[in-house]
Amino acid sequence: MTIIAFLEAQDNKLKKTAFETLTAARGAGSEHKVIGVLLNGTPEQMQEAAEYGLTECVNVTHDILNIFSPAAVASALAQVAESENADLVLLAATIHGKEVGPRLAVRLQAGYIPDAVALAISGSDVSATHPVYAGKARVSLKIETAKKVVSLRPNVFTAKKVDAPASPVARSFAPSLGTGDAKAPVSSVSRNTGKLDVAEAEIIVSGGRGLKGPEHFYLVEELASTLGAAVGASRAVVDAGWRPHSEQVGQTGKTVSPNLYVACGISGAVQHLAGMSSSRYILAVNKDKDAPIFQTADYGLVGDVFEILPKLTKKISETVQH
Amino acid sequence: MNILVGISQVPDTATKIVISADGKSIDTKGVKFILNPYDEFAIEEGLRLREKHGGSVTVVSIGADTAKEILRTGLAMGADKAVLVKGDAVDSFIVADNLSAIAKDISADIVILGRQSIDFDSFQVAPMVAEILGWPSVTFVSSLNVDGSAISAERDIEGGKESVTTSLPCVLSAQKGLNDPRYPKLPDIMKAKSKPIEERASSSAAPRVSVQSMELPAAKGKGKIFGDSDQDIAEVVRLLREEAKVI
Ligand SMILES: Cc1cc2nc3c(=O)[nH]c(=O)nc-3n(C[C@H](O)[C@H](O)[C@H](O)COP(=O)(O)OP(=O)(O)OC[C@H]3O[C@@H](n4cnc5c(N)ncnc54)[C@H](O)[C@@H]3O)c2cc1C
Ligand SMILES: Nc1ncnc2c1ncn2[C@@H]1O[C@H](COP(=O)(O)O)[C@@H](O)[C@H]1O
Repeated sequence: MTIIAFLEAQDNKLKKTAFETLTAARGAGSEHKVIGVLLNGTPEQMQEAAEYGLTECVNVTHDILNIFSPAAVASALAQVAESENADLVLLAATIHGKEVGPRLAVRLQAGYIPDAVALAISGSDVSATHPVYAGKARVSLKIETAKKVVSLRPNVFTAKKVDAPASPVARSFAPSLGTGDAKAPVSSVSRNTGKLDVAEAEIIVSGGRGLKGPEHFYLVEELASTLGAAVGASRAVVDAGWRPHSEQVGQTGKTVSPNLYVACGISGAVQHLAGMSSSRYILAVNKDKDAPIFQTADYGLVGDVFEILPKLTKKISETVQH
Repeated sequence: MNILVGISQVPDTATKIVISADGKSIDTKGVKFILNPYDEFAIEEGLRLREKHGGSVTVVSIGADTAKEILRTGLAMGADKAVLVKGDAVDSFIVADNLSAIAKDISADIVILGRQSIDFDSFQVAPMVAEILGWPSVTFVSSLNVDGSAISAERDIEGGKESVTTSLPCVLSAQKGLNDPRYPKLPDIMKAKSKPIEERASSSAAPRVSVQSMELPAAKGKGKIFGDSDQDIAEVVRLLREEAKVI
């Protein structure tokens, strides 16, 4: 099978999810051919991707692709997939990926599996597991069409470097794109500056109603800054106006799967779990030993956040320094 | 302005999920079904556009007979017309194919959907409909301005917002915060009960994916739960570093 791994960049740098996508594609086995695809890529990007096993690369070059438009990206990727006769396209289920994947699938008349947390490739069969019902169940779907598209949930497929990176064989591809293809282009972007976003963080420290008031969130922030983590919040504290909506984790907030999720004074309602239960490790700090969060937690500290958080922060900063 | 709003019927968020005997779906016995919460934002935005620009709002659901319930909610909120496409909604491509066909039939200027349907959480119908129709799409819309045929919208992305400008016809998907959906009033709920719901057969598109199995996530195994002593805290820090290797 020929597999295309779409390597998404932002501000001229490959995203971490690009390496995850590449690693997942390589994981299918050496009998498959893996081609990394860059949009207006740079030699630096190729070199970086080579560390994660990129050996063959198509660099799609077109001015229209300098500004993100889901329709234009989908068209460009479909043209590469056709010219390479690819059977499967893998991409990351980032916000942009979630817009490009379904469009690409329609163009290729391909079956599409979104937001996969596990991928199985055997011969020409592709199936993948996707969390459903807010993570309360998982469905395994099989693609029934000849062409296939799968998007991968960020931070679930661990990116792995290879021992001896080779210098990738690269070729350019000029897609046929007109201004009509650049539908709904992004006209400007504003980022929450200086703050790490929960959607992209490897560690998240979240606070809930147990913090008692916005003035106590410094406890969460200090632990987060010691860990280099993003600050998250339950809906209860967002609705109360203690924290911005951009920090909300859960069904109506963001879905996250960091390596470590620390829940402080959060009860663990199903709608909160919906957003974070696929985290690799969960540490809960809660004074109620029967709080539902302890059912999902790998580690738990039963006690008062006001006593535990400062001690935990201190202990971690001592430990991490050594 | 002809406005098409796609809505789906989903289990209530607090539902305990039980897998049915076939191992491929959930047991719906005793499950309370509701209008997909994000679709409330979609209906509300459709109604507001109609109030400002004139035209009509058509709500459509692809699903079983029971989906008439949410279509009636749409009518009670103020939609002009409701269509039930009788079919299985598991394959999103079929949902998108049906929605695009209806968009063409009613010469829709805009299709408004929810960010995601909270049953399969698949975030795919909006871009698919747009691609089938050859239209622009803006997903995760948290603020919208339609001026003539010009559209400017803000969408949520990782760590920020993007501004997008485009034009009608267009597909949008609604994010929480776009508006505050109205509650239908009792007289309108009563009136909606006797309004007609058009029924259509599903398009002939073949499914592109099939369900192999559905299961509950593997139980995590018992977590290691400690008290609040200094030793307990030190032990958890050690485990995070040496066992989980995450710090
Ligand atoms: C449709 C819908 C969507 C929703 N979407 C979301 C969502 O996206 N995200 C979300 O988070 N919620 C969501 N919710 C809300 C959810 O049901 C809960 O109400 C919410 O998560 C509770 O937040 P909390 O855990 O901070 O507060 P609580 O449930 O009040 O829990 C506070 C916890 O703090 C503990 N505590 C109190 N004092 C201390 C102390 N001094 N030290 C240690 N622990 C202490 C308590 O034991 C308790 O467990 C949604 C609900 C609905 C109906
Ligand atoms: N069965 C359906 N009938 C009508 N609209 C649907 C259906 N399923 C999904 N949609 C629409 O598509 C949006 C996104 O759903 P999804 O891509 O399945 O997460 C929903 O919020 C609805 O607006």
